[in-house]
Amino acid sequence: MSSFAQSLIPPTGPASGVKRNKILPAGSLAPQFTLFVTPNQALSLREFLGRPVILAVYPADWSPVCGDQMALYNEVLPEFAKHRAALVGISVDSVWCHGAFAASRNLHFPLASDFEPKGHVARLYRAYREGDGTCERALFVIDSNGNISWSYLSPVAVNPGADGILEALDKLTGKTMG
Amino acid sequence: MNRLLVPVNAHDHIQGGADAEWTLVEYGDYECPVCGEAYQIVKQLQEHLRERLRFVFRNFPLRQIHRMAEFAAETAEFASAHGRFWEMHDLLFANQEDLERELLFRLTTKIGLSADQLQRSLASEIYRDRIDLDFRGGIRSGVNGTPTFFINGVRHDGSFDLDTLLRAIAEAV
Repeated sequence: MSSFAQSLIPPTGPASGVKRNKILPAGSLAPQFTLFVTPNQALSLREFLGRPVILAVYPADWSPVCGDQMALYNEVLPEFAKHRAALVGISVDSVWCHGAFAASRNLHFPLASDFEPKGHVARLYRAYREGDGTCERALFVIDSNGNISWSYLSPVAVNPGADGILEALDKLTGKTMG
Repeated sequence: MNRLLVPVNAHDHIQGGADAEWTLVEYGDYECPVCGEAYQIVKQLQEHLRERLRFVFRNFPLRQIHRMAEFAAETAEFASAHGRFWEMHDLLFANQEDLERELLFRLTTKIGLSADQLQRSLASEIYRDRIDLDFRGGIRSGVNGTPTFFINGVRHDGSFDLDTLLRAIAEAV
């Protein structure tokens, strides 16, 4: 079943009573956005046209350090680079918060601040948690033409790791570079 | 469900026999304080389960947040090249709070190996590829932080206190 078809099926099981986002599936055009990554520097998705982009949407800065998703991806940057893929983290935290977080984790990739209007970009990707006021923990791999080629919604409390991203990048570039 | 993509093999650091009922694989980082706690738990598991458990340790240094993790892992690999991996493994975790280059040399001398030789190994990074191989295999298997455990090849997503791990091991097929 295609992930698009899967996205049309209502959720069942224990979580069915909870409103759960259906994030933008593979095959969708990735919504364009421009967000601040530092107090005076903005980043636009279109800057990456021509190469794959990984959007790592996450609930909040400052998870416990050894299990932190952004700290993990920071270590995997050389693997992403083998696919020429750019990584962008997105949460509703402010640029000031992102700056302190990135410095503490020694992060070498941009964290975009979906701060004003709050969660606007996450909503475009259907990855905003109404009520919680935070983003989902969701991953999007966008191909060099700006189409979503893979997306994954993780339970908020579970760090999804990087294996799914690398598999998606393998498919995109047609080979395993692990 | 995440599965271990790199089967236990001859290059691994292994405690216990291949005929053990359960194999516990840990991806760990010598500078990670949570791995330091997990180290004690694994020791207790081994006491409980004895020869029924095989334990494998693989390197997963978080180099960008733990300044000494890579050096510590390379020191353990250096000891391994001399057949002394587990001694160094124990010493590194026992001295985790004082990890500095000087300490690595002292521990190396303590187990009767040459600090000069370690110095040359660290300078030439000869064990770096070995550690990268562990790291990349871990990433592909869904390691999402340290420590990450696999029980009989399946990632353990629960907490890793003794009771939880014992229960998860008992339920593993």
